[in-house]
Amino acid sequence: MHSILLPRPDDIDAWRDAARALALADVAPVDIVWRVEGEGGDLFGDTATPFPSPSTPAFAVPRRFVDLAQSVILHRDPERFALLYTMLCRLKDDPAMIDDESDPLRRRLDLLAKEVRRDIHKMRAFVRFREVEDGEGERFVAFFEPDFHIVRANAGFFLRRFATMRWSILTPDLSIHWDGETLTESPGATRADAPGDDPVEALWKGYYASIFNPARLKVDMMVKEMPRRYWANMPETALIPGLIAGARAREIAMVEHTAPRGNGATAWEKLREEASHCTRCPLHRCATQTVFGEGPIDADLMFVGEQPGDQEDLAGKAFVGPAGQLFDRAMADAGVDRARAYITNAVKHFKYEQRGKRRIHARPHAGEVKACRWWIDQERRIVRPKRIILLGTTAVHSLTGKAQSLVSIRDRVLDVGDGATARATVHPSYLLRLPDRDQAEIEYARFVEDLRRAAAL
Amino acid sequence: MAQLDTRQKLEILADAAKYDASCASSGTSKRESAGKAKGIGSTEGMGICHAYAPDGRCISLLKILLTNSCIFDCHYCINRKSSNVRRARFTAREVVDLTLAFYRRNYIEGLFLSSGIIRSSDYTMEQMVEVARSLREDHQFRGYIHLKTIPDADPGLIDAAGRHADRLSINVELPTDPGLARLAPEKSAAGIRAAMGGMKAAIEDGHDAKKRYRSAPAFAPAGQSTQMIVGADAANDSDIVRTAATLYDRYALRRVYYSAFSPIPDASAVLPLSRPPLMREHRLYQSDWLMRFYGYKPAEVAAATDDAGMLPLDIDPKLAWALKYRDAFPLDVNRAPREALLRVPGLGVKAVDAILVSRKWRRLSLADVGRLTVSIAKIRPFIVASDWRPTALIDRLDLKPRIKREQLELFAA
Repeated sequence: MHSILLPRPDDIDAWRDAARALALADVAPVDIVWRVEGEGGDLFGDTATPFPSPSTPAFAVPRRFVDLAQSVILHRDPERFALLYTMLCRLKDDPAMIDDESDPLRRRLDLLAKEVRRDIHKMRAFVRFREVEDGEGERFVAFFEPDFHIVRANAGFFLRRFATMRWSILTPDLSIHWDGETLTESPGATRADAPGDDPVEALWKGYYASIFNPARLKVDMMVKEMPRRYWANMPETALIPGLIAGARAREIAMVEHTAPRGNGATAWEKLREEASHCTRCPLHRCATQTVFGEGPIDADLMFVGEQPGDQEDLAGKAFVGPAGQLFDRAMADAGVDRARAYITNAVKHFKYEQRGKRRIHARPHAGEVKACRWWIDQERRIVRPKRIILLGTTAVHSLTGKAQSLVSIRDRVLDVGDGATARATVHPSYLLRLPDRDQAEIEYARFVEDLRRAAAL
Repeated sequence: MAQLDTRQKLEILADAAKYDASCASSGTSKRESAGKAKGIGSTEGMGICHAYAPDGRCISLLKILLTNSCIFDCHYCINRKSSNVRRARFTAREVVDLTLAFYRRNYIEGLFLSSGIIRSSDYTMEQMVEVARSLREDHQFRGYIHLKTIPDADPGLIDAAGRHADRLSINVELPTDPGLARLAPEKSAAGIRAAMGGMKAAIEDGHDAKKRYRSAPAFAPAGQSTQMIVGADAANDSDIVRTAATLYDRYALRRVYYSAFSPIPDASAVLPLSRPPLMREHRLYQSDWLMRFYGYKPAEVAAATDDAGMLPLDIDPKLAWALKYRDAFPLDVNRAPREALLRVPGLGVKAVDAILVSRKWRRLSLADVGRLTVSIAKIRPFIVASDWRPTALIDRLDLKPRIKREQLELFAA
């Protein structure tokens, strides 16, 4: 049994010297006990066995292994020395196997190295200096608690960045100090050894709180990247609970206190202009133009039809064809003033099939309805109608998001959000298509009754 | 109005800057301060996120506006002329001091400076360039500087900005021209594109000069980026993906940022005042990665959208594509070429490269692949390994719900 005593837990040079000698003597991994001075029990005492003499010729290891070992050695896993040695023995026979990433041992070492690299990166990110004055001027001191033995290996980063400052990074195992010329080490320290405050932290906290957007709370994402174990040494994290608690209220305040501000007319004009270029679904290719909604933009009552027909497509106005004329008559019979209602369609381009010289109406499918829903939502935000009348199943599908039969919902008040109530009835073109005159009259009367009831709701 | 102190100004001008998504500090040339008599700072290629806010966004740079006063009236912008927000203005000196104070304490990688337009584009740009100049020349600051440039500022100013900054950016603001016309009536889509084109040329000239003369001044070594707002205009995901692809191609952008439109205080009535479409934003970033690192063409990403041109929100675009083109699977991990393996849902670039190297040693079994990836369960239906063939699994109608359940669990973690 060989007992190897390394002077420091991150001492790659000492490990390499020992590992090289042991490997050259063909010592099996199970015959070695790796220890670090001052760590672990005294089962084997503090004595190390001398290196064995070589029995095999010298060999080289791939650069990739050296890089891997340099990271892995910084881990706290007590098995790291033995795992690296096992890998070394295998590389001795087959140096190319370093590239075999699906090898279980290689994989395990990769994961250890990855954890170490992450810890190194997090230290570079999360160290927070506080400024103090001493006899020689300003000095910057931080207290940090890394997961692994990374402090010595990470000193170079702080040196390259803060070379012209005097600084100290205190950690529980080891502290490092830079005086502008040389880097020195001292034993571990506690948080109490670091300064307690820095006036600039108030500014930093103010910045942290202000740059946060309360409308997009993603706490899991934050915790994943900035795990809680680092928080104790980061001044800004003290604000987090308050920011999270207040976020929803701040978001609601933003939405509610900013409701319509009198530029609804301009907003509507601009919206219609943008809609005239809409390409959200393929229907724009064949239709003549976008037929946008119309009516007073402060209307209480909104009608949503299906889509423009042949005549609407040419005129650019909603409800002017045969169905529109019937609609006007029914509105008059119901005593509802069309001029005071906002009238729009679920789909704003005419969809048709060409048959000979005629363009025959074709029903828009779910995708087209969904694509056009965006415009209705925008219209509703500007007009803010209290009552909405859905003419036909396409309008119902658009505003409720699901295809439903009229029979089941015609007598109900539908929830369409944003404080509006909605009722559904048939589309006037349905009445035009009824072959039976008696039935058409009954349905027409029912339609008029629906309009009257919905308008009075 | 009472004099604002530094902290109040900082809070106002950071609040005004938070709608810009970009905070990257990566991809610039290497610099360090070791061995230097004066100055501070380093850049090492990889960006560092020094903190994360509860919105999940990284805080890498001091991201502020020089002033939030603005002569423009863009509807989506909290700083527009007609908004009632409190106004503040930093002097160049104040920004410089703040940047250095934060940098010395290791709070930040550098500065991302933007500004509302005051007086004129040139005047505003001059002020911003002065901040960067002072940091670099008066203080030998070697950290990261990102300047948001103003499209119609004088080319001489843009040139000066490029000499001091690591990255320059111009926001295209909205994915479609009609959207820009509606929401930012004073901005011109053509003007923005011309400025991005000019920037591309200047960056390339800078690289060329640097190749020939080592002493040539660097020009924006971290390139240019842009941002577009998602959910404020009528663009669907398919439109956005195509716009982004065009921007990457035409202007050699390093990044396109997508920012889910979020309600702003004192908003204009033109805008949706609803919760920001965060999942949509996430899916767009995923589709962006598919185009940049996985070899998907814009039309292929668009093929993963539904009939309204929107990417599914419940599954990622790569999985959506795979479920739509099931005949492309299963793929044999021991034979399939790299570009094909990159299409397997759940296999990232690293895992694919690891598979390519590892399969030289042995025929990979499912367990071998499992060691190279995060979750083998998600991948299994799409691959063939030495001991595994997904019998009929690919044809299952319930494949989507089965995999979806797993994706949701991943998100919950």
